[in-house]
Amino acid sequence: MEVRLSKSMQDEMAAREGERLIRACVHCGFCLPACPTYRVVGDELDSPRGRIYLIKEVLEGRGGSVARQHLDRCLLCRACEPACPSGVQYGRLATVTRPLVTAQSPRPPMDRLLRWMIGAVIPHPVRLSRAISLARLLRPFLPARLAEKLPSGLSVPPPLALRQNHPRRMLIVPGCAQSVLSPATHLSLARICDRLGIEPILSPGSGCCGALFHHFGSEERAIRQIRRNIDLWWPALEAGAEALLIPASACSLMVREYPELLGSDPAYAERAHRIAAAVKDPADLLLSEKIDSLIAPSTQAVALHCPCTQQPGLVETLFRRMGIRLSPQPDSPACCGAAGAYALLQPQLSSELRTWKAAALEAGGPAEILTANIGCQLHLAGGTRLRVRHWIELIDEYQAQGLGGEVRPTHPA
Amino acid sequence: MTPPSLGSFLRLRATRQEQTDVQHEPAGTASPACPPQDILRRLRREVPGCPFLSQPEELRPYECDGLTAYRETPWAVAIPESVAQVQEILRICHALHLPVIPRGAGTGLSGGALPRRDGLLLSMARFRKILALDPLNRTARVEPGVTTRAISEAAAPHGLFYAPDPSSEVACTIGGNIAENAGGLHCLKYGLTIHNVLSTKIVSPDGELLTLGAEALDSAGFDLLALFVGSEGLLGVAVEATVRLLPRPPLARLIVAAFASVDSAAAAVGKLIGRGFVPAGLEMMDNLAIRAAEKFVHAGYPVDAAALLLCECDGPPEEVDEQIALAEGELREAGAYFLRVSCSEQERLLLWKGRKSAFPAAGRMAPDYYCMDGTIPRRAMPEALRRIGRLSKEYGLPVANVFHAGDGNLHPLILYDASRPEELKRAEHLGGRISELCVELGGVITGEHGVGVEKLDQMCIQFRAPELAQFHRIKAAFDPDGILNPGKAVPLLHRCAELGAMHVHGGKLPFPELERF
Ligand SMILES: Cc1cc2nc3c(=O)[nH]c(=O)nc-3n(C[C@H](O)[C@H](O)[C@H](O)COP(=O)(O)OP(=O)(O)OC[C@H]3O[C@@H](n4cnc5c(N)ncnc54)[C@H](O)[C@@H]3O)c2cc1C
Ligand code: SF4
Ligand code: SF4
Repeated sequence: MEVRLSKSMQDEMAAREGERLIRACVHCGFCLPACPTYRVVGDELDSPRGRIYLIKEVLEGRGGSVARQHLDRCLLCRACEPACPSGVQYGRLATVTRPLVTAQSPRPPMDRLLRWMIGAVIPHPVRLSRAISLARLLRPFLPARLAEKLPSGLSVPPPLALRQNHPRRMLIVPGCAQSVLSPATHLSLARICDRLGIEPILSPGSGCCGALFHHFGSEERAIRQIRRNIDLWWPALEAGAEALLIPASACSLMVREYPELLGSDPAYAERAHRIAAAVKDPADLLLSEKIDSLIAPSTQAVALHCPCTQQPGLVETLFRRMGIRLSPQPDSPACCGAAGAYALLQPQLSSELRTWKAAALEAGGPAEILTANIGCQLHLAGGTRLRVRHWIELIDEYQAQGLGGEVRPTHPA
Repeated sequence: MTPPSLGSFLRLRATRQEQTDVQHEPAGTASPACPPQDILRRLRREVPGCPFLSQPEELRPYECDGLTAYRETPWAVAIPESVAQVQEILRICHALHLPVIPRGAGTGLSGGALPRRDGLLLSMARFRKILALDPLNRTARVEPGVTTRAISEAAAPHGLFYAPDPSSEVACTIGGNIAENAGGLHCLKYGLTIHNVLSTKIVSPDGELLTLGAEALDSAGFDLLALFVGSEGLLGVAVEATVRLLPRPPLARLIVAAFASVDSAAAAVGKLIGRGFVPAGLEMMDNLAIRAAEKFVHAGYPVDAAALLLCECDGPPEEVDEQIALAEGELREAGAYFLRVSCSEQERLLLWKGRKSAFPAAGRMAPDYYCMDGTIPRRAMPEALRRIGRLSKEYGLPVANVFHAGDGNLHPLILYDASRPEELKRAEHLGGRISELCVELGGVITGEHGVGVEKLDQMCIQFRAPELAQFHRIKAAFDPDGILNPGKAVPLLHRCAELGAMHVHGGKLPFPELERF
């Protein structure tokens, strides 16, 4: 599609890149059915094609407030990208042009305050756990939509009893929210590594991977956080850690995008590349370490929700090899509506998506719901009676019960 | 003096002129001026629960469908979700003589859903429920905003499918398919939309709910359903459809055959059909299209081939084997240097996906395209393709060819860049030349994408004044005030007269000697 940059936009780097990206769109509409918000709302403005058009209008010097509203309603789930035959990089387009859009139409003060609070609390594990303790005290006074998001009790993780002195090592990076709200996840992963003869190094003082700020459009804060993480993780890699294991798929994807964000920073570019290349999906780890032998008793099937940030099909492949049965699901939008802080910022759309998704997940009568991302896990948990957890915990549980579990470690301890 | 050719007037046609033309064609008695805000207030008040968009910024993303060369900002957009809301909207608009333009998914390629500045765009996108699926009677009752693909997906667990599969089936709606009488990759064997819709409920321009057709194969009275299918939103708004489902053939396999020249591929089509062989689908892609599609689907198409034929055989396994053997023999004899037969359902679907995505995938080669839609007799195909290739060189614009080879429905895709001065105009001129070529070869100017606004002028060539007048009488019988999608599909006679004054000499149409079909 043609874009005619307005005079004021012509000198903006971001606008030029936006123009280039929009020109790839031929307005065919193939992306519409892939878009979760379009499926809920049925309005062109909440579709990828419509959002691209709205961005085009802003670059051409028209409007801004409608564009911002509908871009804020975008989950950034990128389900539209693989659906697009013309190869439009929608995610990139939405991120690079966001500052231009918000410059045309600044957010209202309450919205800014909410974003500021989210940014000041969630990415900081200490502040987050304090905030949650405080909020639990105040629960009776909180509005229902916030109260429902509070975890009922921070589970005390079972102590880690690991064997020592494995020759191989891997760095486990629990995400900021996950480390506080679902510590069982990374502890399960650590135990699985241990059984594989791999020493799990829990990354010290882990904070946010940068995704939260990145998605908020606070690029500067994101970059600061990313540099800090690189400094933090680098020594472990230097000391011979083979890989970076990140249980939360959203964080994992973010870290793999570090080179894109720091590509032009000579002090960090090289390390960003190495770190990104070292990221390994826990499912990939299990597949490559060949502990894919049948471990599951053929009990009730489980429902799997593949987060938008997870490579599709990977966990399914692992489960198939392990004999873990998946319950059938009717068609539903790709995204559950969690999408980072989306659940807090767009509560209505988010909860409509969750209702749809939860119903689809429950339809096949599964024993529980498994996923691969802390955001989806907490969000879905608020919309279903079933237990929702990271799939890695189920594998750990099976192994602990000795179900086909004593794996074939490549280096016996 | 030699009479001017069809091409010369098509080349004369100025695009901007064309656009303004559409806006100002009077819609019956509808007023062309922007209706005032109180109409909007009235609509909002009397149709509660229905969103009405009216801010300029909200309206622009609705200004075009799949044909981006034509754009017009609507006066307002309504997104109803119940039949009662549609009825109420039409009642009010009818009383006020306000034009209403129905819209499905906006994938149309002839500007059928192009808005009007003085009209309400009626989006049917929220009507996306599958209301009932009857595996015994093999029917599905669906709302009009359901995508074509979704019907087949819902029918799949019962071993059934909905046959017409336009390339855009992932996105386009059944309402849009009915309005355009959409075809598909498998229509050679299974027919067009019209052959697969049993009945439809429509809201008439004055807000009445009517049922056309019946679930039984034949019904008493005039076959109004047949009239309605393909009427491009001019006669009523489809609010429900009952479609026929077919049992999925036990086996379907797809042959991909690569040729070193477009000519030999085109000749192979004639040979195959000449043998009395009716494949389930027979499609052709040229090199540009192959490369674009491969970039998207990574299906393993031979990207050096000048042309690919995709030929599907379906039925009981023994029959399929037999057909494949026959087709392979013919194809090889016709010069295919590479043959691949799908071995799994997954592979078959992937190979088709490339073909289905070929238009938008061409967006990887150029920022804009103009998709033509002529149909020619099959025997003329090699010549048509050769001459299109020459025209493409003459205009300096690449043309990708992706089309339904089995029924001679060409889709030359002219690639251009709208941001370069004059390039859209050049693309349109080239399009005109290609249309002229189709007519010259004894064909017609539209196959399945409809007339919309894009082919209004060509309609003047295809039909004579009395025929067009008859079309207008049919329109008036359904919509005496002319409020539904006015100005589309059938040109006003004065428009043709103006064109004719320029191009018809001595009362003769260009190529009067040719038989039309
Ligand atoms: C990449 C691509 C490939 C395509 N391939 C094919 C193909 O293989 N075969 C084919 O036939 N077409 C094809 N098309 C064209 C297009 O998809 C079809 O014409 C389709 O039927 C349009 O459906 P829609 O829902 O997008 O309708 P729209 O484009 O929104 O509207 C089309 C027309 O239908 C009317 N309309 C829509 N809904 C209703 C309703 N409920 N009641 C009354 N009128 C209504 C509109 O007023 C308009 O005149 C293709 C398009 C694209 C972009
Ligand atoms: S599928 Fe791609 S090219 Fe088509 S409308 Fe969507 S973004 Fe544009
Ligand atoms: S990123 Fe997700 S929500 Fe946003 S436009 Fe694409 S598909 Fe829709």
